[in-house]
Amino acid sequence: MRKELLGVYTIWLRDIKKFFRDRPRIIGSIAQPALFLFVLGSGLASSFQLFGGGGGQQFLAFMFPGIISMTVLFTAFFSAMSIVWDREFGFLKEVLVSPISRTSIVVGKNLGGSTVAMIQGLIILAFAPIVKININIISILKLVPATFLAAMAVSSFGIALAAKLKSMQAFQVLTNFILMPMFFLSGALFPLTNAPQWLKFLARINPLSYSVDMLRTIIIGKNITQLHPLNIDILVTLGITAVMSAIGIILFNLQD
Amino acid sequence: MIDNINYINNGDNNKIDKIIEVNNLVKKFKNITAVNDISFNVFKNEIFGFLGPNGAGKTTTINIICTLLPPTSGTVRLNNYDVNKDKYKIRNSIGLVFQDPTLDDRLTAMENLNFHALLYDVPFKEIKKRIDEVLEMVDLLKRKKDLVRNFSGGMKRRLEIARGLIHYPKVLFLDEPTIGLDPQTRNRIWEYIIKLKREKDITIFLTTHYMEESEICDRIAIIDEGKIAALNTPENLKKIAGSDIITIISEDNSRLINYLKENFSIATEIHKENEVRFEVKDSSKFIPSFIRHCPVKILSINARKSTLNDVFLNLTGKEIRDENASSKEMMRIHARARMRR
Ligand SMILES: Nc1ncnc2c1ncn2[C@@H]1O[C@H](COP(=O)(O)OP(=O)(O)OP(=O)(O)O)[C@@H](O)[C@H]1O
Ligand SMILES: [Mg+2]
Repeated sequence: MRKELLGVYTIWLRDIKKFFRDRPRIIGSIAQPALFLFVLGSGLASSFQLFGGGGGQQFLAFMFPGIISMTVLFTAFFSAMSIVWDREFGFLKEVLVSPISRTSIVVGKNLGGSTVAMIQGLIILAFAPIVKININIISILKLVPATFLAAMAVSSFGIALAAKLKSMQAFQVLTNFILMPMFFLSGALFPLTNAPQWLKFLARINPLSYSVDMLRTIIIGKNITQLHPLNIDILVTLGITAVMSAIGIILFNLQD
Repeated sequence: MIDNINYINNGDNNKIDKIIEVNNLVKKFKNITAVNDISFNVFKNEIFGFLGPNGAGKTTTINIICTLLPPTSGTVRLNNYDVNKDKYKIRNSIGLVFQDPTLDDRLTAMENLNFHALLYDVPFKEIKKRIDEVLEMVDLLKRKKDLVRNFSGGMKRRLEIARGLIHYPKVLFLDEPTIGLDPQTRNRIWEYIIKLKREKDITIFLTTHYMEESEICDRIAIIDEGKIAALNTPENLKKIAGSDIITIISEDNSRLINYLKENFSIATEIHKENEVRFEVKDSSKFIPSFIRHCPVKILSINARKSTLNDVFLNLTGKEIRDENASSKEMMRIHARARMRR
């Protein structure tokens, strides 16, 4: 058991080290959300004004948690996919031939990717004053586990996929045809409250919509765009994490 | 062709400790039989070599012994553990240097070693000391804190060997440890391997398709198309191939062949580049009598002791490194260089 925990820690540590070493990645992880928030967000907000909608500032407040979700989800997904990268570059073999169980490898990878995703998500909180959102210490304390949980759900999903993926090309295809649609239908960029029934239905079966809803409710509180009560969001996200982790662990153990 | 039976000599199985036992191992991939019913043992503290051309089944066999691939049939035991039942115990007792690179080049040499040491549960207090010890062994101590991506190919290979040693494995597997390296670096790597065997209580299982290199082994298995064609010490293999190899280029090779057949009962044919090649017991006696009555003009004549290459040629009817094989290998090296960018 001690050995397995050590293994989990070792795998986790590698992801953390590589994250802090990768300056371009850290800069990118701040610049990209900023771009979305200030260029896309402000642009959209002003266009609502143009069509006489008003509520531009409210839209920015709505979008802010969406951008944090986006960062967390994409970082977690790409971290999980680094397994495919490691497979292609051979490093995975070094891990697979070691005396660490497949379960610990999957858990370590999941925790590593989720930690990085959480950190990146929390960094973006620094933009909160600019979009006039109040972040107090309580909401930060809530956001630490919440972003981590949201990241775990996506990461475990990504790892389960990575078990079967042999090439980076397959990964590109998956990103375009699975992750992007899921992201668009998650309510991160536009509210689903007023959406047509079929869109609402798709959002309801989209696991990501629960994580996004969770983060948004924590950051801006009760709001008109809320889809589910907070505890439902948390339960569903926990459930997805459990099921996806189990699938990932089984798939990796089957290949042993 | 010499009877293959002469080549198989597993040694006295009872006297020496076996560390790897392979019996009737078969591995099939869909329609390819990569390993076709092979049996052999590896003894404690020896350097055991697998020598064979591309696609012979060397890597597949190693992967099976190292528990990375399940055998289709047959039994494989390492240190008395069965590959199907005691995977983790086997993984604990081996070090494996893969044919293709497996370092994380975004980490430093030390971080790669530390990662490995933690996975293999090397005691914390020992890790620092052992990292220095293995880096020293492969002359990389000064580069300890450098990112692996800034290493040359040979340095990476040496680092991988160091990594394979840091948890003091009982058996170290080296799958083509010198592939794609220049001769100087190759020599150095072989020096480390010989040093290792001298200084540590370790068994080394290596594969290569460089003939000269396999001569550092205590015993060699020549493997071709999934079968072991011969297994013996390099000296014995050469002794059995015996004789001297004579290569002649003449103005009329077919007349030369006739002459050889009628006067010396040597059956031979024209080899590549229009040479005539054959074996004789003792070239210093043969050449004078051959020259005396030779009816064709000789352009060149060359006699040399037989090498493992000739043994291989004898057993399998082909050169171990034909043009095809080496161009394939070059492609692989290039592909790898591209990947590593
Ligand atoms: N995963 C696989 N799926 C299908 N065929 C495979 C697989 N791995 C190996 N083979 C086939 O098995 C045969 C033996 O391959 P192997 O890699 O063991 O050869 P090798 O002796 O190591 O050759 P090389 O000197 O090129 O490394 C080859 O024909 C190869 O194509
Ligand atoms: Mg091979």
